[in-house]
Amino acid sequence: MSAHRLSLPARLTRHAVLIVTGGMMLLPFVWMISLSLKPPGEIFHGGFSLLPDRWNAWENYTTALTAAPLPRFMLNGVAVCAAILALQILFCAPAAYALAKLNFRGREVVFGLVLVALLIPHQVLALPLFILGYQLGLLNSYAALIFPFVVSPFGIFLFRQFFKGIPDDIVHAARLDGLSEFSIVWRIMLPMAMPAVIAFSIFSVVAHWNDLFWPLIAVRQEELMPPSLGIMAFKNEEAGNDYGPLMAGASLVVAPLLIAFLCAQRWFIEGLTAGATK
Amino acid sequence: MHAHPAASPAAVGNAARSRRRGEVLRACALVGPALLLLLVLFLLPTLAILGIALTDWQFGAQSLSFVGAANFQEIFADATFRASFGNTLVYVLIVVPGTVVCALVVALLIEADSRFRSFYRAIHFLPFMATLAAMAIAWEALLHPTIGLVNQMLAAIGAPTANWLRDERTVLPVLAIIGIWQNLGFALVLFMAGLKAIPRDLYDAADIDGASSWMDRILTVTLPMLGPVSMFVVIVVALRAFEAFDTVQMLTQGGPGKASELLLYTLYRESFEFLRTGYGAAITVVFLTIVVSLTLFQARVMDRKVHYS
Amino acid sequence: MASLSIAGITKGFEATQVLKGVSLDIRDGEFLTLLGPSGCGKSTLLRILAGLEIQDGGTISIDDRVVDDLHPKKRDVAMVFQSYALYPHMTVRDNISVPLKMRRLSSWQRLPLFGRCLPNSARIRKEIAGEAGKVAKSVGIEHLLDRKPGQLSGGQRQRVAVARAMVRHPAVFLMDEPLSNLDAKLRVQMRAEIKELHRRLGVTFIYVTHDQAEAMTLSDRVAVMLDGELLQVAPPDAIYAEPNDRRVAEFIGSPKINLLDAVVRTPETIDVAGATLPVPTGCEPGTNIVLGIRPEAFHYVDRFAPGTLGARVHLVEHLGSDLFVHCDFPGAGAPLIARLATDRAPSLSIGETVHLGIDASRVLLFRPDGSRLPNREATVTTLRGRA
Repeated sequence: MSAHRLSLPARLTRHAVLIVTGGMMLLPFVWMISLSLKPPGEIFHGGFSLLPDRWNAWENYTTALTAAPLPRFMLNGVAVCAAILALQILFCAPAAYALAKLNFRGREVVFGLVLVALLIPHQVLALPLFILGYQLGLLNSYAALIFPFVVSPFGIFLFRQFFKGIPDDIVHAARLDGLSEFSIVWRIMLPMAMPAVIAFSIFSVVAHWNDLFWPLIAVRQEELMPPSLGIMAFKNEEAGNDYGPLMAGASLVVAPLLIAFLCAQRWFIEGLTAGATK
Repeated sequence: MHAHPAASPAAVGNAARSRRRGEVLRACALVGPALLLLLVLFLLPTLAILGIALTDWQFGAQSLSFVGAANFQEIFADATFRASFGNTLVYVLIVVPGTVVCALVVALLIEADSRFRSFYRAIHFLPFMATLAAMAIAWEALLHPTIGLVNQMLAAIGAPTANWLRDERTVLPVLAIIGIWQNLGFALVLFMAGLKAIPRDLYDAADIDGASSWMDRILTVTLPMLGPVSMFVVIVVALRAFEAFDTVQMLTQGGPGKASELLLYTLYRESFEFLRTGYGAAITVVFLTIVVSLTLFQARVMDRKVHYS
Repeated sequence: MASLSIAGITKGFEATQVLKGVSLDIRDGEFLTLLGPSGCGKSTLLRILAGLEIQDGGTISIDDRVVDDLHPKKRDVAMVFQSYALYPHMTVRDNISVPLKMRRLSSWQRLPLFGRCLPNSARIRKEIAGEAGKVAKSVGIEHLLDRKPGQLSGGQRQRVAVARAMVRHPAVFLMDEPLSNLDAKLRVQMRAEIKELHRRLGVTFIYVTHDQAEAMTLSDRVAVMLDGELLQVAPPDAIYAEPNDRRVAEFIGSPKINLLDAVVRTPETIDVAGATLPVPTGCEPGTNIVLGIRPEAFHYVDRFAPGTLGARVHLVEHLGSDLFVHCDFPGAGAPLIARLATDRAPSLSIGETVHLGIDASRVLLFRPDGSRLPNREATVTTLRGRA
């Protein structure tokens, strides 16, 4: 390695500072999980201990899973995220392919529209989409949670960038082999663009699992709520008095993405930072 | 490939034309659905919001009339909107420098040595991808006036405690700290990517040139080379700060008083709780203007790549 | 001005041993080239000399002063990098000034903005800018001083890198493949300029390259490295004519030297590929050796004669003054290449058998382990007369 090894004090300082800042980042997680293990008495008594004197985890987590329809929220989240992602890829990949590899009149205009759409934050669209959903009678349904997101300008943009990097000769060879344009998209381009697909999938799933703004507008019925909205409803019902189950519920909502992140750190960071460069 | 008997020039022309038409059709089939959806879900709604902002429409009302810029005059005269706008600026002005400076320092420390690099990166990145609505609940517990860990610790060292989320003076800074907590990992990862992109030769050259101390290396090579990335991080974090909503909705509902009204929360309340559609649209237009100008500014900066030419 | 002494340097990265005990003395003012294929450890050795890497074992001294524990800044060496490593955010003038600023300004005076207000800071900065201008002039880039590296061509960047190395009058110049990012024409021109620079400055140059033409044209001595070992250190002509190792002989020279397995028949002759050649070895009959013949050590013989090799032509390359004749030849694994003068050889056609005479004084003999077998004074020096 380089001649620049940090001196021992410098190395220790580095670890000390990073452990402190890292601890601060983790504190809300740690405290959340700690409270989710404790009985009400210990919670309201206060104190610094992370582990409970009397374990109440079973009761807290059971309450979270039964008193509130938490499993339902999570399943809603999975279904909505999966539907959104599938539709996004379905619509974005062919469009991205045409923009990257076909020569047709109006291509620049279409790409320009994609770039304009990329500029618009989703919160701006909420009001007109709410009205549209109302007119179409979509509100308060799974469709309401899904329809604003079925096409993603970012998805088109990202896939187009990736497809452009694939040599034209591969497309030509596939045409000579008799593949239709749609089979070229699904059988050749998309498998070759797997890194982009994974990055986009992570970006999309994280965004929609965590989204609160649109679900808050789109659905009122508890059975339809995705996790973020569900945990809010849970909190409002419990009125903050029953911390143990509330913390258990929050931990369960946060857990799937965090576990996935810890298993595939590099992919997550790539996917989520790709979203920034849009 | 179609096997056209290319006998006469006319036939060749026809074949070429029909092939060209085929290409147009193919492109339409591929792009059409996405284009239609982009128009219906992104572009027309944006135009609609600009239109609605010029009317007095209340959601559900049978009639509406054109009122010109009246909504905009009204929102800028409205105490709630003005508070919200001011709060948002304060919030952004705390979150952006706070996030960028902390993230830069942490990034430099993590990259200073190879030990535990990805571990440190992971723990600092966790908050960015945790569901903020759920984490807000954890923050509420930390900040609880009597049983919250924060006040207990302050009391233990004899420092003054506060009812953080119910006090007008503390609520906005506290929300901003949560904002920093959430965005730091994101800025960190962008900075780390920027640091990795600095050629090692430059550090070697600086070494030979005599920039031997850590500080010299940072000043001669690292910070100047991070210039463009820093600009980018500032704008991306600012965009995210302008879009802050979940913590207000979960923790404060804009209160106490209007002390934590933020732009997006005001937009939400006016549009979807009070159903003052035209008025909400006007706020949306203000929000859109801010976000679009920041994004365009960023695009320009990235195009010029500052001094890298 | 400085002499340099490298003693027993070893360096490993994880499992691989990159330098296996390299020792070398470099005279004051010498131009020494480290030549070897990529991955042979030459760049690592240079980086160790500069102080950018720390060796695992061995000692470096400059002018009899051990510098192992010294930071690059204190070693009085300058380096030109393959990528030039210019600071992209600084003008040419600032780039050239960095080494002086780091030495003459205190760390307070170096601080941005604030540092400029300190006493003396302005005066020293002005002096430095003046010196940077002078050095820029001496390499012909004074009109570029206010540009940034991104606005310069490859050759101009190279000169800036050289100027930055020159500005503080180092005792030793280190150059790491400085020409490899230039196109062929510019490379030849810059090669001449580096040679001229060395003559003018008269200081020690250590130059790393994988290009034998650069090594041959520039150096006082060439050090050939392979797999982390120094094989031979000698002036360019000696490296070519008297390689001490089969690997050196193979690395230097283009087209490559022809190597043929041979057996000693008598102390004065050897058997190779069915022919008996009068090459004196002084070895015991029956000893296996390897015969090395440079392409130009062959000459054309118009018909068979004892002591010549007969081979089948399979490719002829015309180079104007010379011919490269590739021939297949029973018993030799690889094809053999002969360089024949056009006026001495008739037009050869493919498939034809050509008879090649060998200049016995110019053949090289190697033991099977690759080490050189010294040439012996032959009783019959050439075969040319017999043909």
